[in-house]
Amino acid sequence: MTMKENKLVHWFKYASPQSFYPLAGKMIPWFWALTAAFGVAGLWISFFVAPTDAQQGEGYRIIFIHVPTSWMSMFIYIVMAGWAGLGLALNTRLSGMMAQALAPTGALMAFLSLWTGAFWGKPMWGTWWVWDARLTSELILFFLYLGFIALQAAIDDARRADKAGAILALVGVVNVPIIYFSVKWWNTLHQGSSVSLTKSPAMAMTMLWGMLLMALCLWMYSIAVTLMRARAIILEREAHTEWVKVLDEVKS
Amino acid sequence: MRPWHKRAAIIGGGLAAVGVAAALLLNALNSNIALYVTPSEVAAGKAPHGQAFRIGGLVKDGSLKRDNLTVNFVVTDTVKEIPVAYTGILPDLFKEGRGAVVEGKLGADGRFIASEVLAKHDENYMPPEAKRAVEQAQNAAKAKP
Repeated sequence: MTMKENKLVHWFKYASPQSFYPLAGKMIPWFWALTAAFGVAGLWISFFVAPTDAQQGEGYRIIFIHVPTSWMSMFIYIVMAGWAGLGLALNTRLSGMMAQALAPTGALMAFLSLWTGAFWGKPMWGTWWVWDARLTSELILFFLYLGFIALQAAIDDARRADKAGAILALVGVVNVPIIYFSVKWWNTLHQGSSVSLTKSPAMAMTMLWGMLLMALCLWMYSIAVTLMRARAIILEREAHTEWVKVLDEVKS
Repeated sequence: MRPWHKRAAIIGGGLAAVGVAAALLLNALNSNIALYVTPSEVAAGKAPHGQAFRIGGLVKDGSLKRDNLTVNFVVTDTVKEIPVAYTGILPDLFKEGRGAVVEGKLGADGRFIASEVLAKHDENYMPPEAKRAVEQAQNAAKAKP
């Protein structure tokens, strides 16, 4: 046995539900604390510190929820598809559970993004909804999440449900770059990105800070609820094992 | 080759195939995905005939005229211009010199009769003081030549 193989074994330790379960349990309170900290700071900047926008007045403040939820909806999908692909390739049990645990949070983010966008669109654009490329592709993302959840729920055998869901998640991942670049590739009513990796942000600094703090808050929230959901899924799926039966929370 | 290498290769190949298929499909549907055509495209005859479509562009400075409930303005892409008539309420962000998307039909006299007007916002967010500073700088640059 070589050194390299030893390391691999070490890495796979946390890929087993048995060792991941207590680890996740220890991490959850920390992520909730960070959610609260970033949330308070982010909302405070968003509502009290960030200046009124020159064109849109106070109504623009909806971006402090809209933009972070949109980012999260896309990012969670990529992570979910990543776990799903890992599960297909390596046949690890935890991967499928993580993908399943991420989906409802992703769906929530996509829904919030569409909903807040509609609220912003009515006063600013003059319409709740248009079938432009950005809005339509984000709606498709929402349906992909729902489809993934429904497909997994429809198949009784957990391993087969994971596989079917993984294929759907992987096929749907092409939609994410389409959402992101839609405002560049086509004429859309939705404006271009205010914040991107390639140019300096087209936004006042305090506004940007509010948005980034809210994004961090949603990151921490997503991690916290996903870990909680993953623990519940582990208990359900591993209910037949000895280690679950001796857990304090199961015995009582 | 270990079994998981093979599975990873299949997944990678599958993803690439789906990506190529999506790219071809979107490319074929290009004109249908665009929300609007530009005034230049209308002038080049690329607008659909006899049915409603959307034109996007800037509302030309000084072109906005109100006549009771009807507003007349000119949409331009700085090359071609199209006069638009619209009866109804304009969105908050609708202003001269800003982007707008109008939906309706092209009249026989070349005037576009809009049934819906949407304001197109840009990606810039700034406080009023910063905007005033930007405008002053632009005006100073204009006055200099």
